[in-house]
Amino acid sequence: MTRPGERFTPLQRVLHWMMAAMVLAMLFIGIGMVSTLQPRFLVLIAIHKPLGIAILTLALLRLGVRFYRGAPPLPADLPWWQTAGAKASHVLLYTLLIVMPLVGWSMLSAGGYPIMLYGPIYLPQIMPHSDALYAVLRGAHTALAYLFFATILLHIAAALFHALVRHDRVFPSMASWRT
Amino acid sequence: MTEPPNTAFKLGARSIGALAFIALVVGAAAAAFAYTAGWFSPDRLTPEKIVDALSRRGGNPLGHRRNHAKGVCFTGEFEANGAGTRLSTAPMLAAGHYPVIGRFAIAVGDPDAPDVTGRVRSMAVRIVAPNGEEWRSGMNDIPVFAVSTPRAFYELTLAQDINPATGKPNPAALQSFIGAHPESRPFFEWAKTAPWTTSYADETYNSLNAFRFVDAAGESHLVRWSMQAAEPPHQVAGAALAGLGPDFLAADLKQRLAEGALSWHLVVTLAAPGDPSDDATKAWPSDREHVDVGTLVVQHAQDEADGPCRDYNYDPTILPPGIRPSDDPLLAARASAYAASFDLRSAEAADYPRTPPSPGGAR
Repeated sequence: MTRPGERFTPLQRVLHWMMAAMVLAMLFIGIGMVSTLQPRFLVLIAIHKPLGIAILTLALLRLGVRFYRGAPPLPADLPWWQTAGAKASHVLLYTLLIVMPLVGWSMLSAGGYPIMLYGPIYLPQIMPHSDALYAVLRGAHTALAYLFFATILLHIAAALFHALVRHDRVFPSMASWRT
Repeated sequence: MTEPPNTAFKLGARSIGALAFIALVVGAAAAAFAYTAGWFSPDRLTPEKIVDALSRRGGNPLGHRRNHAKGVCFTGEFEANGAGTRLSTAPMLAAGHYPVIGRFAIAVGDPDAPDVTGRVRSMAVRIVAPNGEEWRSGMNDIPVFAVSTPRAFYELTLAQDINPATGKPNPAALQSFIGAHPESRPFFEWAKTAPWTTSYADETYNSLNAFRFVDAAGESHLVRWSMQAAEPPHQVAGAALAGLGPDFLAADLKQRLAEGALSWHLVVTLAAPGDPSDDATKAWPSDREHVDVGTLVVQHAQDEADGPCRDYNYDPTILPPGIRPSDDPLLAARASAYAASFDLRSAEAADYPRTPPSPGGAR
């Protein structure tokens, strides 16, 4: 039986796992669509934009919940560098969850593209139309995507390390659903 | 998961197995990502490959569109007559005036190519509705497209590779492409025999790809469209263009616009059952229903280097609600390749200065 405060709240756990699926789908859609000329290009890009905005919305909600509800403490015996790495990687993940969709939205604005979400729903332009700005943001969108994927791999490796090697309370704090 | 935390952590045999499992999970995820990116599929036809091939057709394309590299911007408006509203809910088909930023171009890879080398001419438009919906379209003055698939387009582009020894493409490569692609013959027949004109203004530009118009009842109509010049075509033999200057098309356009606006009728052609939706090499019979949905009025021309069309990507899949791409495989390929070309040239903007140096000015 886990004691209260040892796990993330149910809302935090739901948000985490839902967004994990969304973000992984997003990264695979992104890298897949820029490397294909097949008809699926149009399908993928039509999913990519609204999914990105959904992630941005949920990330802001999640950041609010994180400030309000906090997180279970890391094990006290964790080496200092692992504690520091855990904190830094979570700051980076939250940052990317919010920055990636904003860079994508800004990039489309700077590129002079209409930002059609679904049917008649359009987003406003948040950057001036500028090829120089577009080039910087377009490059950043790809570079940050690789950074995001690499950080997620590190996050998965660390979670499994806690679960399978250290056998501590970190993994169940997010993964356990037992009452 | 209720056991106490392992405070006396030691790397035993079980832990080594666990670490191997973690490495496997992470490695498999990375491999799936690399596979999706195409890093294990060197034969995959990517937008980069198409754009690279398009860039190897002579001249210095840096900073320019990789196809239809030489062009001129225009501005004007689309005056919809309302006749299109029974076919599509696109907001710019409702009677009214909508601003347009467009571009005329020749289908070459070299942005400095003489205009006489542009057998195919194009018109691109970006029609904007009040709520920001956009209809972008890139149309050519040809009756049918040269190819029906992205792969064939790539092969055709490779067949036009410049041989560094001669500075020209290898004619045998084009002959062998045509031999292998019977569907391309109507296009090459047109290229060989069709008359030319000496102006962008008297050409008719065709969407070639099919699209779906969706009406208010949700009914979808398979269509193609054309910008039909109000100006009657002044047709001449190709040889008649030999004496014209390298930039005669832009010069002619500016001269005509100095005297007054030019106009085109936007005519939508409705398919009959059985007309191909996915093959731009096949013309539809001429007796199909045509609907004139409005007039494009071109008012001003601007050099591209500083012009309003420069930083727009005329991706034909940027469509308003009420218009959708058909199943023509060229449409997704155009969207993907145009985006790659736009990404490249945006990053190369320094190679295409905005204010062209004044002729004869100090270096």
